[in-house]
Amino acid sequence: MNQSQPTTRVAARFQKLRENGAKGLVVYLTAGDPSLDATGELLLALDRAGVDVIELGVPFSDPLADGPVIQRASERALRAGTTLRKILERFPSWRRSVQAPIILFSYFNPILQLGLEKFATTAAQAGVDGALVVDLTVEEAESYVRAMRERNLDTIFLASPTSTDARLEHAAQLSTGFLYLISRTGVTGERTEISSSGRLLTERARRLTSLPLAMGFGISTAAQVREVQSHADAAVVGSAVVHAIEKRFSHEGPAAIQEFVRELKSGTEVPPA
Amino acid sequence: MEFDTSTGPNARGWFGEFGGRFAPETLMAPVEELEAAYHAARNDPSFQAELARLLKDFAGRPTPLFHARRLTARLGGAQIYLKREDLLHTGAHKINNCLGQGLLAQRMGKTRLVAETGAGQHGVATATVAALLGMECVVYMGEEDMARQAPNVFRMRMLGTKVVSVSSGTKTLKDAINEGMRDWVTNVQNTHYLMGSALGPHPYPMMVRDFQRIIGQEARQQALEKVGRLPDMLCACVGGGSNSIGLFYDFIPDATVKMVGVEAGGRGPKLGEHAARFAGGRPGVLHGSYTYVLQTEDGLIANTHSVSAGLDYAAVGPEHSELHRRGRVEYTHVSDQEALEATTLLARVEGIIPALESAHAIAEVIKRAPGMPADKFIIVNLSGRGDKDLGIFQTEGIL
Repeated sequence: MNQSQPTTRVAARFQKLRENGAKGLVVYLTAGDPSLDATGELLLALDRAGVDVIELGVPFSDPLADGPVIQRASERALRAGTTLRKILERFPSWRRSVQAPIILFSYFNPILQLGLEKFATTAAQAGVDGALVVDLTVEEAESYVRAMRERNLDTIFLASPTSTDARLEHAAQLSTGFLYLISRTGVTGERTEISSSGRLLTERARRLTSLPLAMGFGISTAAQVREVQSHADAAVVGSAVVHAIEKRFSHEGPAAIQEFVRELKSGTEVPPA
Repeated sequence: MEFDTSTGPNARGWFGEFGGRFAPETLMAPVEELEAAYHAARNDPSFQAELARLLKDFAGRPTPLFHARRLTARLGGAQIYLKREDLLHTGAHKINNCLGQGLLAQRMGKTRLVAETGAGQHGVATATVAALLGMECVVYMGEEDMARQAPNVFRMRMLGTKVVSVSSGTKTLKDAINEGMRDWVTNVQNTHYLMGSALGPHPYPMMVRDFQRIIGQEARQQALEKVGRLPDMLCACVGGGSNSIGLFYDFIPDATVKMVGVEAGGRGPKLGEHAARFAGGRPGVLHGSYTYVLQTEDGLIANTHSVSAGLDYAAVGPEHSELHRRGRVEYTHVSDQEALEATTLLARVEGIIPALESAHAIAEVIKRAPGMPADKFIIVNLSGRGDKDLGIFQTEGIL
């Protein structure tokens, strides 16, 4: 739908993965947890660990799609005074040092209050690569998608095991960069087992779109990353990384998180025969 | 003055400029399924007959329209009539909606109900309907609300419902809704989310209004029978806005009927000290719809305060936002103190202890009635009774 526009950083990354026959790792972290200075260090750590796409969470007062780990991260970030405006102000300095594409992961209200046009303009100027708005449904997304397209920002939508084929197709039509598949019903959070609903959803999505497919929710170990990548193009890890930041960042610093994520990234490598 | 009397919603759930559907994708198919099931049920005479039977024989409808003569005499102005929703089984209007949604959930094959509750009236009504229909029930309630509305917590437990304390965020209704939605998104296969107010993603605001509009339908009929004409004014408290939209809805086309919605003015006009969305909020998205929301400049949802747990919420039902935009309903607010004083007055003068929520509407009428001639009449929605608030009356030094 946007053949004339230049390839985005997200699309280029997935293209490169595909050319190399490799799978991707997408990692989520909450901006401002525990501070925006820390976020700068953590973005660099994720980049060095080989993360393919970074989802930078905008903390919200009412994160109803998130489980306890990300709720706590949001609370820490909000206590530190983090806002969408401040994230966008700091973004250019992060962008200069990080190679990986970075998309914002937000609830709709902070974006709406900033203003859709102003959000898209500021984000594009700051070097943001795209956004995923967790409570913005495809039927209400028209103005947002238009504002983002005009600045060549990727719009990533979510599809769930409960999504009908019609909804799945609609989400794929409005998405650029990749389509985010939710592996199971429920909120974000670590799980010991991956639900079989994930594979089924990937298979349904393959029939409806040629976009790269990233699967998230409940993926917390390299083994789970490997399992997801038997069908999807990338695995998304959120709560497990945020949990590691919560437990280890303050006394072990960004290096510990880099090490943790490198281990997850090993799940994307072909295991020895 | 001409009003477009149809507030909708349209097929996408918009009441004019407000409403819609904003929810995590996992909930969207269940919401679509609910909408389809609701449309089918609405047109099914057997569903309507069963609902009518339960409203009458289980809940106790119709509720009386009571001429509060001593209150009227005391205030010296317009005649005051109370729509006695407080006399319903479980003690508030909430049961109207819970019976409707409970039957619908059963019809959809759901075996489990989850709900949020603020004052506990919706939680008790949901627990009651779950027991009546033989369904499992979990109610989410803010820690602060559990403390200040303890009697309702015990009632829910007596009815076999699991009450889950919510300690995140502001520990009140907003956080209980977040937690209820997290439960629903996890258990969508067997669970119906029984939203207690005219809030949430479409079709909830429309469906809850439809189940509550019986209040206004009855009041209209009763006014014609008792007084021989339509009222000059309607007055109701507005939290999420289900009792008020229920009273107002059937009068929207009647331009001579003035309508007043009363929000919680709390302790004062500073953000965080009240729940007067139309005084201190602006449009935004919370819990599924685009509507007036109390929020910070950066779009974070603000803390709220009200002595009344049922009004202590940062957003308002989207149809109210549209009625506000059109100027069809006047929205105002009264303070904690005024509500408490109204409670005492009604108790002493009429022998009725109102819920603190409903007392906000009484407080507004106390201000307005004296300025209106004695041949005018006002219907106030007495949406609930005050038994649950005895602890608060004690804390506030009234008892």
